Amino acid sequence: MLKLQEVSKVFRVGAFGGKTMTAVDEVSFEVARGEVVSLIGESGSGKSTIGKMVLRLMSAQKGTITFDGDDVTKLEKRAYYRKIQGVFQDPFSSYNPIFKADRVFSMIKEVYFPKEADRIWQDKVAAALNDVRLEAGQVLNKFPHQLSGGQLQRLLIARALLLDIDLLVADEITSMLDASTRIDVLNLLADLKSRGLGVLFITHDLALGNYISERTVVLHQGRIVEYGPTEKVFETPEHAYTRKLLASVPQLHRKWEGV
Amino acid sequence: MTLSVQDLRVYYRTLRGDVKALDGVSFDVADGEILGLAGESGCGKTTLGKALIRMDGRMKLVGGQVELDGENLPIGDTVKMNPFRFTEVSIIPQYSMSAMNPTRKIGRMVRELLDSRGVTVDTDELHRRLDLVELSRDVLTKYPLELSGGMKQRMVMVISTLLNPSLLIADEITSALDVSTQKAVVTTLKGFRELGFVKSMIFITHDISLTNQLADTIMVMYAGKLAEKAPADTIVNRARHPYTQLLISSLPEVGVRYAEKKLTGIPGNPPSLLNPPVGCRFQDRCPLAFDKCREEPPAVEVEKDHFVACWKA
Repeated sequence: MLKLQEVSKVFRVGAFGGKTMTAVDEVSFEVARGEVVSLIGESGSGKSTIGKMVLRLMSAQKGTITFDGDDVTKLEKRAYYRKIQGVFQDPFSSYNPIFKADRVFSMIKEVYFPKEADRIWQDKVAAALNDVRLEAGQVLNKFPHQLSGGQLQRLLIARALLLDIDLLVADEITSMLDASTRIDVLNLLADLKSRGLGVLFITHDLALGNYISERTVVLHQGRIVEYGPTEKVFETPEHAYTRKLLASVPQLHRKWEGV
Repeated sequence: MTLSVQDLRVYYRTLRGDVKALDGVSFDVADGEILGLAGESGCGKTTLGKALIRMDGRMKLVGGQVELDGENLPIGDTVKMNPFRFTEVSIIPQYSMSAMNPTRKIGRMVRELLDSRGVTVDTDELHRRLDLVELSRDVLTKYPLELSGGMKQRMVMVISTLLNPSLLIADEITSALDVSTQKAVVTTLKGFRELGFVKSMIFITHDISLTNQLADTIMVMYAGKLAEKAPADTIVNRARHPYTQLLISSLPEVGVRYAEKKLTGIPGNPPSLLNPPVGCRFQDRCPLAFDKCREEPPAVEVEKDHFVACWKA
């Protein structure tokens, strides 16, 4: 479905843009329907930049990103966003605090479904909320500060589902959530996956990537250092960097060596 | 006993009333002990860390006693706390990246800091400590801007422990760091204790897997109260409080296959601390709750060094 071919992104840095920094360096991978692909890397590895390029929030300098064979930069934006949506790290700043949280739904309606009857739309919203396991009574007609981070994050996923998307770009969506609610959001993604949604799961947390994804891409300084089925990457990593990364993950039942 | 905290209560003043962020917490930290303080957002762990060194304007001390090395620590009085700060109690703040004065070269900043306390530290000793954390001695002639995030973090760690405090508070110092840097920070902190730079430490984090790499004892808090406190291994493998058990079972791990078995979270949200429920604060989310949970469970020592605040434990 989504295919990146030798995609590169170079930023100009320095006072007058005199220096260049290669954030993403010839990255190629695919995401199919019904699978979760994790994009794992440390800060500065280029993982969020890839997410932004896929969402067309940034353009790539080199290489192509295709969606079902079409170059995404040539697709009409509104049509593209019917197929692909993003959810980001901070649910609290994704909402305008002046308005009620469910405004994200009515904004979708205004732009994409202006002719839809209110009653049908309400049913659709209820179905989407049901999909993300939220109860309408608990979340509708409330301001963002009255809802928890997990609820806000799930509302944003419900918003994306209203568009019948094929691919969700989830950029660090659980890093601001507590451990006890984080896992519910992950299980929700797994659920949506089994119904055919493709997910590009961007994270720095190897344990989360291991929990949810079929395939894993490990990035280091903009390059892919390892790419393959999740079990293989985590159990028999081939690249020295992946091994180093795995050795530094704090584990509950095993102590670090040499500390 | 380095630190002894008895029934500490710290509330936040708000327009809608007092937020009971820390509501009757008692614990001890032994000499040379690293206490890991774990819990979710809003459980009071940062409030506890701040209360022990500097209360901000919104916080008020409602009750409780704190003793450091057998001496009463006047935590409610900002001025009386001054002789203790930096020398006896020190903190590595959550945002070390921006903790240093950007307008001073680091060496000058350290000198001014020491002058303000009326103490001197041998330059050789400072150099020795920079060597220990693998910072070049040149950093003293640089501005904070010229250092990377990890270097700033190490510099702040050196400054915070320069006067060999009895108690060091480390508040979420690793949450903005990459995993490989996290490991280096934890190794350094352990090294500081072995070398006697700090006597005891409170390591505050939301990440239990990380705490377990460092702490001798883990204290789990929930909604402003102590839920469970025990040696690290006991918390990880034989927790008795339902909250600790559920929290630990919700953590995914690297190296485990989750193909068929899904983990589960804890349904519900922590209670509002403006009007917390009477009795156990976990009762609404607890699968084991029964009538008695409407009375407040005391923290009972169920086995040596293992304290649990639960009627069912």
